[in-house]
Amino acid sequence: MMDAIILQVLNGLDKGSAYALIALGLTLIFGTLGVVNFAHGALFMIGAFCAVTLSRIITISHEVVDETRTDFLGNPLKVDVPYVHDWLGKETGDVIIDWAVPLAILFAIPIMILIGVIMERGLIKHFYNRPHADQILVTFGLAIVLQEVIKYFYGANPIPTPAPDAFKGSFDFGAMLGMEANQIIYPYWRLVYFAFAALIIGAVFAFLQFTTFGMVVRAGMADRETVGLLGINIDKRFTIMFGIAAAVAGLAGVMYAPINSPNYHMGMDFLVLSFVVVVVGGMGSLPGAVLAGFLLGILESFASMKEIIDLIPGINQIIIYLVAILILLTRPRGLMGRKGVMED
Amino acid sequence: MLGLNKKDTSLLILVAALALLAPFILNPFPSGSAMAQFNAGYPDLMQRFVIFGIFAIGFNILFGLTGYLSFGHAAFLGVGSYAAVWMFKLLSMNVVPAIILSVITAGLFALVIGYVSLRRSGIYFSILTLAFAQMTYALAYSVLTPITGGETGLQLALDDPRVLDGAASGDNIPVPGFFGMEMRGSSQLEISDWVFTFSTGYYFSAIIMLLSFYLSIRIFRSPFGMMLRAIKSNQQRLNYTGLNARPYTLAAFVISGMYAGLAGGLMAAMDPLAGAERMFWTASGEVVLMSILGGVGTLIGPVLGAGLIKYMENILSKINSDILHGWFAFLPDGLEDIIVSMIYPFIGKGWHLTLGLMFMLVVIFLPGGLVEAGQRISRLFGRKKSDDKSDKSTSTEPAE
Repeated sequence: MMDAIILQVLNGLDKGSAYALIALGLTLIFGTLGVVNFAHGALFMIGAFCAVTLSRIITISHEVVDETRTDFLGNPLKVDVPYVHDWLGKETGDVIIDWAVPLAILFAIPIMILIGVIMERGLIKHFYNRPHADQILVTFGLAIVLQEVIKYFYGANPIPTPAPDAFKGSFDFGAMLGMEANQIIYPYWRLVYFAFAALIIGAVFAFLQFTTFGMVVRAGMADRETVGLLGINIDKRFTIMFGIAAAVAGLAGVMYAPINSPNYHMGMDFLVLSFVVVVVGGMGSLPGAVLAGFLLGILESFASMKEIIDLIPGINQIIIYLVAILILLTRPRGLMGRKGVMED
Repeated sequence: MLGLNKKDTSLLILVAALALLAPFILNPFPSGSAMAQFNAGYPDLMQRFVIFGIFAIGFNILFGLTGYLSFGHAAFLGVGSYAAVWMFKLLSMNVVPAIILSVITAGLFALVIGYVSLRRSGIYFSILTLAFAQMTYALAYSVLTPITGGETGLQLALDDPRVLDGAASGDNIPVPGFFGMEMRGSSQLEISDWVFTFSTGYYFSAIIMLLSFYLSIRIFRSPFGMMLRAIKSNQQRLNYTGLNARPYTLAAFVISGMYAGLAGGLMAAMDPLAGAERMFWTASGEVVLMSILGGVGTLIGPVLGAGLIKYMENILSKINSDILHGWFAFLPDGLEDIIVSMIYPFIGKGWHLTLGLMFMLVVIFLPGGLVEAGQRISRLFGRKKSDDKSDKSTSTEPAE
């Protein structure tokens, strides 16, 4: 029984990490700019495609005739050799190709920040004074457009993007805890994903808590007008926060690529759930978003246990929505929502 | 006439004329000509125009009048479809009981969901309806398979009881009909190169659409409609005057859920098959797109939007690069390739991109949708003050 519980908690962690990261970004945008961003799932998806793009770029190759081997017709064999092999030698080149997904983190950060800033300056800026429904609608339209652009360039099929070989295997958690071996097996990459999510979440909180920039942003979240009156250009800082929120979503996507092969509608699939997560956590509350993300991820994996499904059929499909409905009706502000945010 | 003022009467007559003459209007190009692929006058598509028109009219009663943005309306459509197919299976292939049951079922569903969701407003309401719709979808797809048919969808079978039809059914699965008139039946009229198809199913749906359009005009002009608009413009002030807004919003929610159920029932009557994918949240998103594109809060707007989106989905998506090359063949080769490669991403399989861009442009620049565009154009040409189809007193403010 104990091992089943540990296994479900672990299973919940990786999905919960993705929910928490996306919900964190959504809340950052909502808390700073007061905008409900339906295109946030698309940013997650673009992040995953950054990983795809980088692994394609570094495997760009040219044909070399290998004189030592022949193909089945007896002609000299033609082999595709990636350029990185030529430049850095075969060993280093292979390592780089193998580590494409982690490397994509570095590649994705500037791209995502840039996309975020362009989005904010180019489109969302004009919607601050429009009703929330308009913001939802225009970002919903933007999400469709981004999704279709990605579909045009990468096709509609999922693109497998493997994790580095070092993380391919699974980790026997039970053996480590002194229980029976092969009972609690957990893929390494999911463990990495959880650690990575924890790192990013910690970094965002530390950034907001311990830097002057973060302090100003928090002050702006509390009372934008006063901060503006003090002669601080709060708009510029909020734009940067939008970029950071986009980068958080993008990084969540980059690291998620090995878990689930990226396809163009993965963002929309996550978006609906992330919104539920944000609402459960409380609109505008960063700790609430993270807490609700992990909580709902773990709840979802518990609900997919066989024993529970036998008890209440179909519960694994609806548990998140059910919890959201219950929370919204009993605690309208969500788990940790602040007073006066998004209320009538 | 019929309790409408002059303006509304002429609008109703206009819509009726358009709907009844649709097989001609939508078929402007002779068959066999290069432009024939733009003809939309075939029964299947025309039925979709009017059915989604009904769906959008209903959605507009909720979103356009009260400002509550529901992101889960497709659930009612799906429930209506299931109810109608069950009626075909158990009772009779006549569409009347099927449609009546689908409206009632959807109404009951909307009553339950609306009662809970309407406790919150603004974005919380949107999320609640979304959550309910996704729950319905997930359940229909998995646990409720005995009722919904799960992944394969609910289909008719030869050995269904069909109590009223008796053992009349032979070797083939019977088709839905209206007191003996088969929905699939159609007759064709050929005038030189033009072929016009008149389908029973289309005219049946079109007449129902006209009735629901008339009902929606009456709702818009009624004291009840005024009350809904009051909720949209300032719910708090309404509360202060001692009025409880919730019964009114709930009534609007149920009415629009019944419209959705009617659309779902008609969909099943045209093609007796119901699947869970009709309830997925993208389907709910589609009706939002239709209403916004056409002009939310206006009478005719949602119908126009539904027509536009269904036209794009069925016609624009069929154009492939060969056809494009055919059109631009008169240009020098290099230029032809450039132009084709520039247009290509926006049509054919990429029609969603065009839709998304159009939608964004409408939300940004034309909050009143196509109707507002029409008004602006008519004002531009200095015609006398817009005796327009629409009701301008509403705007797209949501309830917060």
